[in-house]
Amino acid sequence: MRERRIKSKLLSSFLHDPSAMLGSVIVALFIFAAVAAPWITPQNPYDLKAVSLEHFLTPPIWMKGGQTPYVLGTDDQGRGIYSTIVYGCRTSIIVGFGVVLLAGSFGVTMGLLAGYYGGWLDIVVMRCADTLFSFSTTLMAFLLMGVLKQRGIVTVILAICLADWVRYARTMRGSVLEVKEAAYIMAAKATGARDWRLLLRHLLPNAIPPVMVVVAVDLGVAIMLEATLSFLGVGVPMTQPSLGMMIAIGKNYIYAGMWWMIVFPGLALVMLVVGINLFADWLREELNPKLERR
Amino acid sequence: MATYIAKRLIQGLVVLLGVSMICFIIFRYMGDPVLTMAGKYATFQEREEVRRALGLDKPTYVQYARFIWNAAHGNFGKSYISRVPALGLILERFPATFELATTATLLAFLMGVGLGVLVALKPRAWQNRLIMAGSLGGISMPTFLIGILLIMIFAVYAGVLPPFGRGQTVTIGFWRTGLLTVDGWKHLIMPAVTLATFQLAVLLRLTRAGMREVLTEDYIKTAWAKGLPPLKVIFKHALRNVLIPVVTVAGLQFGEVIAYSIVTETIFQWPGMGNLILTSIFESDQPVVVTYIMLAAFMIISINTIVDILYAILNPKIRYA
Repeated sequence: MRERRIKSKLLSSFLHDPSAMLGSVIVALFIFAAVAAPWITPQNPYDLKAVSLEHFLTPPIWMKGGQTPYVLGTDDQGRGIYSTIVYGCRTSIIVGFGVVLLAGSFGVTMGLLAGYYGGWLDIVVMRCADTLFSFSTTLMAFLLMGVLKQRGIVTVILAICLADWVRYARTMRGSVLEVKEAAYIMAAKATGARDWRLLLRHLLPNAIPPVMVVVAVDLGVAIMLEATLSFLGVGVPMTQPSLGMMIAIGKNYIYAGMWWMIVFPGLALVMLVVGINLFADWLREELNPKLERR
Repeated sequence: MATYIAKRLIQGLVVLLGVSMICFIIFRYMGDPVLTMAGKYATFQEREEVRRALGLDKPTYVQYARFIWNAAHGNFGKSYISRVPALGLILERFPATFELATTATLLAFLMGVGLGVLVALKPRAWQNRLIMAGSLGGISMPTFLIGILLIMIFAVYAGVLPPFGRGQTVTIGFWRTGLLTVDGWKHLIMPAVTLATFQLAVLLRLTRAGMREVLTEDYIKTAWAKGLPPLKVIFKHALRNVLIPVVTVAGLQFGEVIAYSIVTETIFQWPGMGNLILTSIFESDQPVVVTYIMLAAFMIISINTIVDILYAILNPKIRYA
């Protein structure tokens, strides 16, 4: 009952918040584009047969020298900017959700166990958290990718997860410590519920809301981090599309005034992350009990 | 308090030891140092000689102990590429990174806290909504994109600021500074703004949230009711209480600043440590990479420890056993 009331309250507040709705519409559009990439683009920019070098460095279609299938122009390999962006968003979305799923489930599990059992597990998890936090996710992921010689989407996801899971663990642990003291947990314990039942049925669902904010924020962080790593050349390999790498290529032509190679992928990246953060901001205000009296 | 400080220091040492172990593994097992030192076409005997010279024929724990011993004495080996001590190579670049990071942090702190207070006072005013929208952009825009757009606007199109390098520098003792020449400052503006943006947005949001909470407290209402001048209420009563967590976060973000300095220095060809590490990673120059990681860990852990101890001293609410 209680849960359903919270959900409907959330939904109505969501429907009354234009910026949260805008944010989720943007994110939904990007997810759609990522899934439907082959059907909404004129060419697959990473299929060598579909790309021809003759059309390299053409400007957007409304400028002098623009050519028809390349709405937003092409890069130095003759890949259409629009198509590459759509395929690049695929990488962004895969990395973003991959990180959230993997780091989230591992972090939540560790946080749940650390918060409930305490003891040495708690000490180890929190020490890891402190260390990784002070190193910062970005530095950690960068150094991991720099040292690893095998680079690809999976490695990027793993490196970010390794640097990142403590965000979830820390939030979950704090939430569990709070929920643990509630009367219904005591009651469940008194009826002789087993540990796993207590953890999965009672603690997990009641302690998870603050973690949802971390999920939303982290999605944006992971997507930006993948772009940053790829921009620096330690992210996904050259043979895979990435918004960060597009901008790195565009940087070589910055003095030639070929702005379209930087501005369009940059715009796509910022729009996606702004969409996510708009949603995250709303979620934070909704789930933060401290701000409720506003 | 003394026990707390001692505990904190020991914790820092343990973490440093953990980092050193990881560094040792990188040094020893990522890429073959023998092959790198002796060259591809070395004979078996030459390789064995190099192996012995590097002490790689000894058992692993002896190698690790030697690694720690050398590291504690500031000896991290020589760069594979330039054949000079790795630590010297990095420290030579330290002033450039330090000046960039300090300028950026100061900029972010002053602007972030200032704007945060301003926005918290009148959250509904349109200028302040604009500032908040800007801060959303600030946290949603990756550092590298900000840097490139700045270059595009101010260097390529407007042509008013230099796009890369550190400009004219003056050497005082071992310290090569760019802060004493006009040219140096001109070169510093864009990288500093780039590095500051992310931090600025975070500190702004934090200050705003803190101020909004504090401004509803009873003691602030009392201060208003007493008829104190607004500036005194805002800065002396409210901001002082908000500042403790803000300063802590600013300190804890030091790791983030180091990370983003790598990005910023790469974009602007700033001759600092971050630029060096990226080149070294591509060249598989393990000694330099390892030295950089150890040095960064040392700095981050020192700063965090200092911030934690200051926090305990400044905040009377917290008592550590």
